[in-house]
Amino acid sequence: MSTDRLFTWKNPWFAASVGVVGAMAVLSLIMGFVVLPYATTSSQLTSLWDAICSAAGVPRATVTSETAKPDFTTSNVVMNSQMFAPDARSVGRGATLAMQCAICHGSNRQGQVDTPNLEGQPGSAVYKQLRDFKVAARTNAIMSPFAVKLSEQDMLDLAAYYSYLPRQSGPHSDATAAAPQIVARGAPMRNVAACSSCHGTTDAKLGTPWLEGQSAVYIKAQLQAFATGARRNDISEQMRNIARQMTAAEIDEAARYYASRP
Amino acid sequence: MLNSKRLVLAHFWLAFAVFGLALLLGEWQMFVRSPLNPWISNSELYYRSVTAHGSAMGYVFPTLIAMGFGYAITEFALKKPLIGRRWAWAGLALVAVGAVTAMIPVSLGLASILYTFYPPMIGNPFYYIGVVLVVVGSWIWVALMSINMAAWKRENPGKPVPLAMFANVAGAYLWGWTAVGAAIEVIVLILPVALGLKTTIDAGLSRVFFSWTLHAIVYFWLMPTYIAYYTIFPRAIGGRLYSDAMARIAFILFVVVAMPIGVHHLFADPQVGAGFKFIQSVFTALVALPTLVTIFTICASAELAGRLRGGKGPFGWIAALPWGNPMMLAVTFSFVMLGFGGAGGLINMSYQLDASIHNTQWITGHFHLIFAGAIVIMYFAIAYDLWPHLTGRSLDSVRLMKVQLWLWFVGMIVTTFPWHYVGILGMPRRMASYDYANPAIAPQALSVSISVFGGLLLVISACLFFAVLIRGHRAAQTDPGEYRFSVAVHEPVRIPVALNGFALWLTLMIGLTVVNYGYPIAQLLALKGNAVPAVYVGAAR
Repeated sequence: MSTDRLFTWKNPWFAASVGVVGAMAVLSLIMGFVVLPYATTSSQLTSLWDAICSAAGVPRATVTSETAKPDFTTSNVVMNSQMFAPDARSVGRGATLAMQCAICHGSNRQGQVDTPNLEGQPGSAVYKQLRDFKVAARTNAIMSPFAVKLSEQDMLDLAAYYSYLPRQSGPHSDATAAAPQIVARGAPMRNVAACSSCHGTTDAKLGTPWLEGQSAVYIKAQLQAFATGARRNDISEQMRNIARQMTAAEIDEAARYYASRP
Repeated sequence: MLNSKRLVLAHFWLAFAVFGLALLLGEWQMFVRSPLNPWISNSELYYRSVTAHGSAMGYVFPTLIAMGFGYAITEFALKKPLIGRRWAWAGLALVAVGAVTAMIPVSLGLASILYTFYPPMIGNPFYYIGVVLVVVGSWIWVALMSINMAAWKRENPGKPVPLAMFANVAGAYLWGWTAVGAAIEVIVLILPVALGLKTTIDAGLSRVFFSWTLHAIVYFWLMPTYIAYYTIFPRAIGGRLYSDAMARIAFILFVVVAMPIGVHHLFADPQVGAGFKFIQSVFTALVALPTLVTIFTICASAELAGRLRGGKGPFGWIAALPWGNPMMLAVTFSFVMLGFGGAGGLINMSYQLDASIHNTQWITGHFHLIFAGAIVIMYFAIAYDLWPHLTGRSLDSVRLMKVQLWLWFVGMIVTTFPWHYVGILGMPRRMASYDYANPAIAPQALSVSISVFGGLLLVISACLFFAVLIRGHRAAQTDPGEYRFSVAVHEPVRIPVALNGFALWLTLMIGLTVVNYGYPIAQLLALKGNAVPAVYVGAAR
């Protein structure tokens, strides 16, 4: 029998296998594309073709209505991690520009308590805040006038310079302090993600600053500003949603813990 | 008669060395995310380890076993030297070089993306290049298996291809086609982004291509196990294979329907239409058929052996089986784990039931029970069976073998049953730490702790496994005689042309792939604007 022709309907193996597989395919196509779409109670199908298209996953027009526009400027920063590849010339230009920053942000962590330390911050974090200050998505009486003058390249240069500098330990660092619950694990029952899941240690997300060694006063002030809505340049309200759900005690704990980190 | 002893031994030893290292990583992962360990603050280390464990266990270990076993089968079953032995060494070298190339960036924390790649996460390009080299190395094996069978058929026109070789080539063809999905994903979609030529990637399309590979890869891992069920087990327990034709049909069914069903891994993904999810769910149900056929045929073969050994009555034959034989133990344990794992699999493949366990620890428990349990325990048994023929020395530590198999079985049950249970409680997978102090999660703490000890049993079992093999290398030389595969009750003399080759079955496999995957892939290719920014793992942020 081995000399028999295989690809012919006269061969029972061919006929049976192609027939069974084909029949199963056709039956399941009918079930999946006609019967089941009509079986869903929520279906708003207009025709048989509509049912087939919906089961095939063809993108369909959704209801379009006016989207509510906020009455304030929102952040419009778009970044990817390749924007912040190391570049020595950019660092050099950034160093010159940064002379005007040092008056408040200091150097060697000697800035004012109500300003963040910038040395060693990820480039994406520096760049995003500068962009937001420039377009007034974030405002500050002192900072905004500085940012308005900066060009796109200036901001990238500053980002390159600060991310190039090494991080330095704060004045009261204590490496032994245990991470409080809110930092390590957040508060899942209140939909609060762990601080460390974006701000370093567990994971670092593009555009988030590191918090270790920042002044407790600054961290607390920013969390409260997010909670009250005074600061709203966070994309999709991610920090506002978190800060609103944090208790005053948790804000204190997180601020004190991060301030004490080396 | 085995001319390629060193070739086969090299495959097996490299496979088991990779397995031993990856097993230790697995146990470490179980420990650090259990309540026995306080918070692992740097979760990147955990994901680094998961990537290494998964890549080694998923891509390197079973591939090398299938390749080495395939070369052994070719010479044992066809009774002639392997054609293309130099190419086989080249394939092994590619797999070895690929494994090292992939593992260096993983160890450095530059590719902590898990072995399933998960775009838009993008790791170091060398990780992907290494994986591609492993696959290319295995494709050499696919080609060699096909060439060797074709050459034998030319020399023996009209004769049935020996079952072991037929099944072996089925596995090779299945893998050849299965690996195409991930290869397209890596080469066309991911590598340009990893190399910095693009900064966006269509994550949905990538996942569809990966699903092409992701399900059938398990059947590729399964093939050596099924070959051992059919062609080694009946002989090892002193019986005969119940049906040669049923065996061929089971392997053919795997070739046809194991691959075009991967979308059931995407039940929760929005980019594939519900209709295609339903069709693939139906065909996934069909793939239970070859396993059911196998369980029937192998149990029938065991009954024959039991009755030949004097077993009487409806159950007397079970007691008469050679329970002291490691192969008997291994197949029994494998079947028990396959039974539980298969039952779990039926839940996963159901569109509705899957919703309750999708992306929970249930899934991790499921594939460990099937792969690390039912499949790997047979890899051990295959090694025990082949070793005397590879080394020319007898394996005398039968007691140690039995303890090893028992420990692996018990360890795997203790590891995976609690794992399934916490999945039902809702514990998500792919997480480095859990807050067991949280009242919602606290009930999972005991189960997770238990499975850590199950993992410990597995590590001990692996140590015993290595001890048995190493003692085998130091034993006195002996002549193991000719290697024999099982003989069927009715030995095939002439068989239908359909059961002696793959032309029809490969056509059906590709046809079914076009029906099940053609539209979803074409649609995603045609859609504009669905690429998302890549997230470079390990890059400065």
